[in-house]
Amino acid sequence: MKFPKINLDSLKNEGTESVTNHERRKFMKLGLAITGVYAGGKILSLSSSIGTAHASGGTEIVKKYPYNPHYSMVIRQSLCIDCEKCVEACNKTNHVPDYGYRTRILTKKYSGTLDKQVEFIPVLCNHCNDAPCVRACPTVATFKDPITGIVRMDSKRCIGCKTCMLACPYDARYFSFERHAVDKCDFCWEERLSKGEKLTACSASCPTGARTFGNLTDPENIVFKLVHQLEEQVWVLRPADDTKPNIFYMKGNMLSVDNILKEQKFKYYDPNKV
Amino acid sequence: MTGRMVNISKRWGFHGVEALKQAGPLYKLAMGMLAVMALAGAVVGIHGFFVGYHHVYGVTKQIPWGLLISTYIFCVVTSTGLCIISSIGHVFGGEAFMPIAKRAVYMSIMFMLGGFCIIFFDIENPFRMAIWNVISPNFSSNMWWMGTLYGAYLVFMIIEYYFLLEQNHALSRLMGFFGLVVGIAAHSNLGGIFGMLHGRPFWYGPYLPIYFIFSAAMSGGCAILFFTTLGWRFNPEIMNQRMERAVKAVTQVTIFLISVIIFFTIWKIVTGMVSEGKHLIIMSFLTGDYAINFWVFEIFLGMVLPLYLLIRSRGNNFNLILTATGLMMVGIFFMRYDIVIPGQMESVFHSLGVVEEAELLKYTPSFHEIMVSLFGLAFIGFVYLAGEKMLNGHQLEKHEIVPEGGYICPGCGAIHFMEEGETEEEAMKRHHRIW
Ligand code: SF4
Ligand code: SF4
Repeated sequence: MKFPKINLDSLKNEGTESVTNHERRKFMKLGLAITGVYAGGKILSLSSSIGTAHASGGTEIVKKYPYNPHYSMVIRQSLCIDCEKCVEACNKTNHVPDYGYRTRILTKKYSGTLDKQVEFIPVLCNHCNDAPCVRACPTVATFKDPITGIVRMDSKRCIGCKTCMLACPYDARYFSFERHAVDKCDFCWEERLSKGEKLTACSASCPTGARTFGNLTDPENIVFKLVHQLEEQVWVLRPADDTKPNIFYMKGNMLSVDNILKEQKFKYYDPNKV
Repeated sequence: MTGRMVNISKRWGFHGVEALKQAGPLYKLAMGMLAVMALAGAVVGIHGFFVGYHHVYGVTKQIPWGLLISTYIFCVVTSTGLCIISSIGHVFGGEAFMPIAKRAVYMSIMFMLGGFCIIFFDIENPFRMAIWNVISPNFSSNMWWMGTLYGAYLVFMIIEYYFLLEQNHALSRLMGFFGLVVGIAAHSNLGGIFGMLHGRPFWYGPYLPIYFIFSAAMSGGCAILFFTTLGWRFNPEIMNQRMERAVKAVTQVTIFLISVIIFFTIWKIVTGMVSEGKHLIIMSFLTGDYAINFWVFEIFLGMVLPLYLLIRSRGNNFNLILTATGLMMVGIFFMRYDIVIPGQMESVFHSLGVVEEAELLKYTPSFHEIMVSLFGLAFIGFVYLAGEKMLNGHQLEKHEIVPEGGYICPGCGAIHFMEEGETEEEAMKRHHRIW
């Protein structure tokens, strides 16, 4: 795989002082360490704590992810060019009507920056491990799949109270009049994964590889590799809501990441060069 | 029943359709108009149900709760409030509050039914609810508890009302107590639905569950005063010394509760101004889109003016009380709207600073939503007017309606019956057995 090399990692790190111990500990539990805070603390940068754990001693590491396969998506934000092929593919695969969406691309504009003036942020259901929508639903119409961790819908039970739509901090749900139920991203479980496909429609259709999808418990899997590296920061959206999301974000344009994907070792220091 | 050959209608003070026929032409006209409004609202609602709510309602993907939810909340808040205030008398024995019980419990049931009428047209699959709420409950869902607790509340209130009519004070008191406990649980849980949505900072926290209870009590006091003084305008005979004393007592409590809610509102605004998640919404109350709702309706009509008028009324100027509480009902309606809609107008992605969610979201009620709300409210108005006539102004002391074998209890003013061979005193003891 080849990815465009756009070195646009330009956000200023605001430091991790503002992160409370409580928050820090929670991310540690996910196996991630906090390395930076961006955009007024709204985006928390995380990095795998695997490497740091031994140095600091008592860090808790999640040795086992709660699901297997633990489906997850890592979005390499800098690679997204807003072509919306993913949205198209999703709408087609999952018969999403024009008034709703399961995924969409948000646009963030900057001024006064040297490298780029715009960034695109794909958003979708985060398949939260502590899903507020699942807690809020009166009839268990939405539930966490005990094997894959995918947050799914059992449409026939949905009474249409719409509480889940307000409970979701990622605006990932809409009421589908065709289904007579709330509809949301199911990582293409019904249309693809359960039929043996390996990728979701959006990640399969993404021309730049911005959306990587896979199993977080498999060390050979791309999402595992992207999350379990220290060089580039990984974060989640709205960490303060503490829903333990499974969509991770990173800029994804650094050489180190390419190296991992090409299965090369890091070369920080070349003794021959001294 | 045990040998007392007394006509039910007389026992219950039920004057039936005859009483309606004797009503004045204006009264009939008002009832007719309310009936037409309710019917029209129901027809429009059913139309929406068949063509699909998404074509006719103003709610959107990002503002899924609109006018219907806020009107529903207005109704159930008032219902719970009526229950709370009236329980001071017939549950906790506050003598002064006793005469309001029958009207309050009757209206409490009707407000609840009105609320259910409205929510029926908001829930997309109301028929599924009956099945899946039972066979697939989620005990951690506030929404599930809301349905269950309000259902139980309604049942208790209906049983309580039956015993009130039956003059069975012991059982009506017991049912009133259960109704109160379940009602308060249901109602604070309604606040909890909002308070537990932690992705919504404007709602999140223990504020709303607590506020809902006090605010309900305030609405209840207001509603009792409004419906009692309105009833007095229709039939001045319903006022007697005991009722006057009751109105005065409720006025005092309502004044106190308005002050409490003013206090709540001030702190909501002040704390919200320094909170990142709430700031935008609070500013839209103070100077933005919701400024008229907030300053004119919620603050001025809902609290400040009624507070002044109620104090001026001294609890015995019924016309002034009627005006004050009438305005207050309007203000309270907006208060509920201002909880439900603004809480949704800041998109969850607003703080991410993205172009798509830079603006606050907008919502305008559609014609269908307004009509369905009218359906519920007009229904309540209609049954109120019907009740005033058919139940003879919910009176307890009417000499004409004291049937054979009954007497007016000097303690509570209700009609009691003596069993065979019983003295009045024994009968009174039997009726007022403390549980
Ligand atoms: S992102 Fe929203 S819909 Fe998806 S699991 Fe989390 S709360 Fe539920
Ligand atoms: S709208 Fe449907 S899925 Fe959502 S909370 Fe209500 S019943 Fe559950």
